[in-house]
Amino acid sequence: MTNPSSQAELVRRSLKRRYRKERRFRFYGVAAISIALFSLVILFTDIISKGYTGFIKTTVTLEVHLDGELMYLNDASDPDQIAMADFQAPIIKALQGYFPQATSRADKRELSRMTGSYASNQVRDLLKENPDWLGSTRTIEFPAHDTVSVYVKHAGDPGYSIRLTEQQQRWTDELLSKGVIDTGFNDVFFSRGDSREPSNAGILGALIGSLLTMGVTLVIAFPVGVAAAVYLEEFAPSNRLTDFIEVNINNLAAVPSIIFGLLGLAVFIGLFGMPRSVPVVGGLVLALMTLPTIIISSRAAIKSVPPSIREAAEGIGASKMQVVLHHVLPLAMPGMLTGSIIGMAQALGETAPLLLIGMVAFIVEIPEGFFSSATVLPVQIFIWAGSAEQGFVELASAGIMVLLAFLITMNAFAIWLRKRLERRW
Amino acid sequence: MGTTINTIPKTMNPTAIKETAMPEADPINAPVERPADTVIEEGKTVGIPFSDDPKFKLRDVEVFYGETRAIKNISLDIARNEVIAFIGPSGCGKSTFLRCLNRMNDSIDSCRIKGSLLLDGQNIYDSKRDVVELRARVGMVFQKPNPFPKSIYDNVAYGPRIHGLANRKSDLDDIVENSLRKAGLWNEVKDRLDAMATGMSGGQQQRLCIARAIAVSPEVVLMDEPCSALDPIATARIEELIAEMSESYTIVIVTHSMQQAARVSNRTAYFHLGHLVEVNDTSKVFTTPEHELTESYITGRFG
Repeated sequence: MTNPSSQAELVRRSLKRRYRKERRFRFYGVAAISIALFSLVILFTDIISKGYTGFIKTTVTLEVHLDGELMYLNDASDPDQIAMADFQAPIIKALQGYFPQATSRADKRELSRMTGSYASNQVRDLLKENPDWLGSTRTIEFPAHDTVSVYVKHAGDPGYSIRLTEQQQRWTDELLSKGVIDTGFNDVFFSRGDSREPSNAGILGALIGSLLTMGVTLVIAFPVGVAAAVYLEEFAPSNRLTDFIEVNINNLAAVPSIIFGLLGLAVFIGLFGMPRSVPVVGGLVLALMTLPTIIISSRAAIKSVPPSIREAAEGIGASKMQVVLHHVLPLAMPGMLTGSIIGMAQALGETAPLLLIGMVAFIVEIPEGFFSSATVLPVQIFIWAGSAEQGFVELASAGIMVLLAFLITMNAFAIWLRKRLERRW
Repeated sequence: MGTTINTIPKTMNPTAIKETAMPEADPINAPVERPADTVIEEGKTVGIPFSDDPKFKLRDVEVFYGETRAIKNISLDIARNEVIAFIGPSGCGKSTFLRCLNRMNDSIDSCRIKGSLLLDGQNIYDSKRDVVELRARVGMVFQKPNPFPKSIYDNVAYGPRIHGLANRKSDLDDIVENSLRKAGLWNEVKDRLDAMATGMSGGQQQRLCIARAIAVSPEVVLMDEPCSALDPIATARIEELIAEMSESYTIVIVTHSMQQAARVSNRTAYFHLGHLVEVNDTSKVFTTPEHELTESYITGRFG
C-alpha cells in the first residue's frame, strides 16, 4: 500500500501534466482554425480586390448625328442598305467634335478604338428598330473600348499594361474631365451573355445556365438518392447483391468527375442522341456525380433515427411504409438535406465533366430553357480566365464572386429549410 | 422478502396441470449456492402454466438468434384479462418471449421462431396473418418512454389515424381524451395538447406511451420493463394505472423489480436461461416457490 500523502502528490503531479496537455491541445485547435480563417481572408481579399472593378463599366456617351449621307444610307428600313452601311462613321464624327484636328487616317483609326468594337453594331441595331431616327441627333451611351477601360480603371496598376497611344491617353483624360467618358455600375455584366469584348460580356447567361443545370440535378439526384437510401436501409434484404451495390456506391463517390463527363458524352449524347451543351445533359451528368454523396449521407441520416421511434410506430401497428413515411423520413430529412447541400455545392463548382459534354462552347444568347445551349458559372470563369483581353481578368474574379454568392444563397436556403423541418418535428 | 405481498385479488380458476418433475440436484456439481449450474429439464415448467380460458395459447415455443437458442421449448397460457409478470435474471429471454407475442422480433433478420403461438385460437405467425392487424390488437409499451417527436395530441391520435378508427375530428378528440383519461394524464395535459410530447417528464412520457397504446383499443397490452427508467413516484402512478387497466385488458409485464411483479400481477412466470422454470399465482411464487431456482432468485441469491 502506498503512503496516502505521496499518492496525493503523485496525483497532483499527473494533474499538472494533464492540464498542460489540455492547454496544448486547445492551442492546436485554435491555431488550426486561425490558419483556416486567415487563408479564407486572404482568398476573399484577393478575389474582391481584383474583381470589384468587374462590377464597374466605362462608358462613352456621345451626341451622334445619324447622318444618312455619312453612313451611305437612305432608308433605314431596307435590310440591303443596312447591311452595306458604315455605322462607325457617325461615331468618329461625334468624337471629332471634341478633337477637330484629328482628321488623318491614323487618327480616325485611333478614334474608332475609343469605343468598343460593337459600338457600330449598337448604332445599326438602334436604326433598325427606329428607322425614323435617320438624320436626327441622338445621345447614345457606348461601352468604352477594352484598352480605354483598362486605362481608366487601372492606370498605374503594375498588373495591367496600358495599350493606348499617347494621343489616345490624352483624349481619354480630356473626355474624362468633360464627363463624356464615365464609370458606373456594370449593368451589362448582369444582363448579358458572353461576348468576345469584355465591355460587352455578362454573367447572366452562365447564371441562368447554372440555375437550369442545378434544377435538373436536384430534381433527379435528390428523389433518386433518397429513394435508393430508403430502399437500401429499410427494405433491401442483406445479401451478396446488396453488399455489392453498397461497395459500388461508395466507390462511385470517389470516381473523378471527368469520368462522369465521359459517361455523359457516351451515353446521353452518343447513345440517346441528346443535344450537346444543354442544361439537361449537364444536369444529368452532375446528378450521376452527386448521387453517391446523397445516398451515403441519406443512409447515415436514416441510420441515426433512434430505433425506439421505429419500435414505437411498429408497436402501434404502423406498416413498414407508414413507419418510413411518417417517422423515419421526417426525422432523417435534416441529415439528408445536409448531404444534398454538400453534393449540390460540389456539383455547382464542377467544370471538368461539363467541358466534355460541350458546355464550354462560346454561347452569347441567354439560355431560354432546359434544351437551349448554355454554359455554367465555373465554365464561364474558366473561359474568361483563359481569354487574352485584359478586361476579362476582372470579369473572371467578378464571376467568382457571383458563383460564391450563388453558392451561399443556395446553402442558406437549404439551411433555412432544414431549420424549418427541425422545428416542425 | 415475501412478507409484503399485495396482489390484486382476482378470481381465476385455472385447471392446473402440475409439473412435478423436479430435476434432481447433483449434490457435488450443483450446490444450492450456484443455482446457475442446476440442471433444468427442457420444456418442464412447474406450477400452473395452463389456463382453461387462454387469450394466448403458446406451445413448444423456441426462438433462435442465428445459431443461438434464446427461448427453449416454452409452453404457456396467458389467460383472458389477467396480469401476468415475467421475471428472471438479465438475458433469460423474458423480453424476447414477450416480443414474440406481437411479432416485434420480425424486424430482426437473424431471429427465427418455432412452435405454435395462438391468439384466440389463431396462429400469430401464420404467413397469411397481417402483422399490422395483430399489433392493433396487441399493443406494446417499451422500456424507455419513446413518444414521437410530435405534439401530445398527435402522439395519441397517431394509432387511430393510421387504422382509420375515427372519421371525424370530434371522434378523434374523444378517443384522445378517453385514452389520456385512462392513462391518468388528462388533467395534467388537457391545456397543452399541442405541446411537444418530448418536453414532458419521463413519467408523463411513459403514461403518454400507454395512452398511445390503448388509443387503438387493443385487447392485450405488452409492457417491457415500463418503469425501469422512472422514479418511484412515477412508478407508483404506472402501477396504479396497470391495476385499473386490468379490468379490461390482458396485460403481460416484464419487470426486473420483484416487488413490482408482486404488486401488480395475478400470475408470475420465472424465466431462467431461456427456460420457463415456474409459473404460479403471484402470491405462491413469492411465498412458497416450488422450484429451487425460483427460490434462489426471489430470495436474492443471484440475478
